[in-house]
Formats: sequence, C-alpha cells, structure tokens
Amino acid sequence: MIPTGSQPSQAQAGSLAGVGPSTGSQPSQAQAGSLAGVGPSTGSQPSQAQAGSLAGVGPASATRITPGNALRPEDIALEVQRGEAKPSEDVGEYALRLGDDALILAQRLGHWISRAPELEEDVALGNIALDQLGHARSLLTYAGAAWGKTEDELAYFRREPEFRSAHLFEQPNGDFAVTIVRQFIVSYYQYELYRRLTASTDATVAAIAAKAVKEVDYHRDHSAQWVLRLALGTDESRSRLLAGLRLLWPYVGELFEDDALTARLGDAAVAPSSMRADFDRLTNEVLTEAEIDVPDVPSALGGGRRGQHSEHLGYILAEMQVLAREYPGASW
Amino acid sequence: MSPSNPQPSQVPTGSQPSQAQAGSLAGVGPQTGSTTSGTATGWPLWEVFVRSSRGLSHVHAGSLHAPDAAMALRNARDLYTRRNEGVSIWVVPADAIAASDPDSKGSFFESPQGKDYRHATYYVKSEGVKHL
Repeated sequence: MIPTGSQPSQAQAGSLAGVGPSTGSQPSQAQAGSLAGVGPSTGSQPSQAQAGSLAGVGPASATRITPGNALRPEDIALEVQRGEAKPSEDVGEYALRLGDDALILAQRLGHWISRAPELEEDVALGNIALDQLGHARSLLTYAGAAWGKTEDELAYFRREPEFRSAHLFEQPNGDFAVTIVRQFIVSYYQYELYRRLTASTDATVAAIAAKAVKEVDYHRDHSAQWVLRLALGTDESRSRLLAGLRLLWPYVGELFEDDALTARLGDAAVAPSSMRADFDRLTNEVLTEAEIDVPDVPSALGGGRRGQHSEHLGYILAEMQVLAREYPGASW
Repeated sequence: MSPSNPQPSQVPTGSQPSQAQAGSLAGVGPQTGSTTSGTATGWPLWEVFVRSSRGLSHVHAGSLHAPDAAMALRNARDLYTRRNEGVSIWVVPADAIAASDPDSKGSFFESPQGKDYRHATYYVKSEGVKHL
C-alpha cells in the first residue's frame, strides 16, 4: 500500500511540477516519469501538477541527475486523503513525538546555514536538517490524519505545551562541538529507533522508518567522524567536545523512557528502554576510539513527551511559526 | 567548489601546492570558526570524480575543501550526489594531479592537426581485403 519500492504514485503525478534548480539533466531522466516534489514542495497535492512539460531539461552535465524514487510526504498525504491511511489516536500521538523531534532539530540545524566553519560543513549540516525535515513532514502528515489536521497545521498552529519533542532536540546549537555532540546522540538514538520501526505493525510507520533509517545511518557516520576529529585534534577542539558531552549527556535519559503510550502501542512502536543497550554499546565504541569516557552526569528532568519544555522551545516556535501565523495560508 | 563545472580538464594547474601541505587536522579546531580568513582555513583542496552509473567511468565533478580523505569523501557525497548523481566517488588531493600548462597549448595540442595519416579514415581499403 505504501510505495516503498516501486514508483506508482510518481508515475501518476505525471508532471515535472516543482523541479528545483536541478537542471542539467539528461534525456534518460525523462523515463523516471515525474519529478513532482523535487524542489521546495509545500505539502501540496498532485492538484498542483502543471502541464507535463519537460521544464528544466538543459544541456548534459558531467553527472546524471535523477530524482530516484522513495516514499514522500505527498504520498502519505494522498493516502490519508483517500482514507487508505488512518492511524489510531495512539499511533498519531506516537508519530507526533517522533515528528516533533525531527522538526525541532531541523529548525535548530537550519540555523547553521551560512554559519558553519566551512562551506562544505554548511552543506553537510543543511543536508541533515533537510533529511530531518523530510522525516518530520512524513510523520506529522500521518499523525495529523488521526485528528483531521495537515502537517502545516500541526507544525505552525500548535502551542508550546502541545509539542511532544524531547528536550535534547531543542537544546541550543552552542559552538560546533555542541552541535556535533547533539547530532551524535540524536543519530545513534534515531538509528536504533527507525531500524526497529521498519518492523512496526503499522505499515505507514514502517515505511517512513525504512526511508529514514538509511539517512540517519549517514548522520551517524558524519557525527562520529567529527567526534573523532574534534576529540583527537587540538587541545582546544578536545576540550570543547568534552564540554559539549557534559552539557548534553543529561538529556540522553529522556529518550529511553517508557510510558503508558509506548506500552499500549506494543509492536506498532518500540519500547524506548529496549534500545538503550545498543545505543550505549555503539556510542561507547566511538567514544572509546576518541579516548573519552562516557560522561558521569545526572539525568535532566525531561517531560517533553508530556509537553513540558525548557525555555528554549518557545523561542524556536516563535521564529518558526511567525510567518504562518502572521499570514495564514501564505504561499510562494 | 563549482558543482556544474562542465570541463573535466579544468584541474588546478599546480598553482596551489601550499594548500595541500596543511594536510593534518590543523584548522579543524575553533580557529576555523573565525570568519576572518574566509576560505583560507588551511583545509587542503580535493578534486572529486563521480561515477554516475555502473559501466561508466568516473567524471570530474568539481572540487572541495576537507581536512582529510575520509571527510573529503563525505563532503563530496553531500555536495555532488544530492540529486542521485552517483554510485561511486573518488577524491584526489588537488596537488597530486599534474596538469598540462594552458600556455603551451600550441606545442602540446596543435601538433596533430593536419596529420591525417594518424586517422584510420586517411587510408583507402586495399583491394581484395575482406572483413574490414
């Protein structure tokens, strides 16, 4: 039911609407059928499909550019619209948690654009932010189906206590080392989570996880590479990394707390506590190679899953939501 | 970094050996965070070659800065394969490439002109030769 492998939904869209700046394509990409959704697509439906012209086919480039095919938020929105995907309120609440984690982190990481130490790292963090935003869009689209809300309504028109993200995700970027430590913890957590969720009894959750796990695997690699380099680089880089670890490790505990919801969901979800051993083992492998001991720090209070947040989230939401609230329905 | 550089031959012409010498992890630390030096943070330059699909050869896609080969591969993945362009990446230190001198184009590349006999089409088929 979810188009994970083949591209039926892409073919039916039959348009190139939304082709971004990625031109320079070769004739061979035309066979992919559609490029709908490439570029700044805005959660809109195939109704936006303009005439199926091959806009953007330019001169041949050194490398072939294809959109590939994978599960997109638009596909989930379509299924929701047709009534083919309808989560229970519990599954909706669970998807909301994961979606909010990804959304808040994407917003945080987006702040690095134009501010990273190097242009290359700027793009790397931007890529990770966009991956997270993609996961957030899929998860919030699906979550919204439980209450008849769209992804945009959930992202832009909820108040702070209605957000379900864990505290780690809203922690400030700090310096580059702090951002890397946050990404290191998040990526190793999300990898264990999505890896297990590919076996979820909820088909849509499983499909979203199957797409996400490959991307998160790369986030793991990226952050681990930087943990090693910062730890074994200069005295300054090492001390900053250690400070980042001490600062953020208290927020690890909240990620692995079970509660009534995860217990009720059973095999549709993953019991957070069941992932802790693998998380500890794999992060410890990297930290050992970096000649670092796991920080011995007390756990922070948590409460994000119940809508109790630190002072940071309000500022993130103010910035993220201001345009949508000031000009409801705005598009460009 | 020029993602759409169409000319594989535009490899640095040996003018930036000093960049690659920095080599080590120097510059990874917070000193790279300073915005005073722009791009001149000491990270060496790497040339990126991308294979777009099995059976084709790697093609020069552009260049980038990275502290070492492992990070250069990852940066190349982020910069040059964002739109499904590749199945394999090579990175090469820019200073490991010896390039021909653009100023000696005449002596290097114009000599074959007019030497038609170096092309198979110059020759006429001899009588009685089969299977040609």
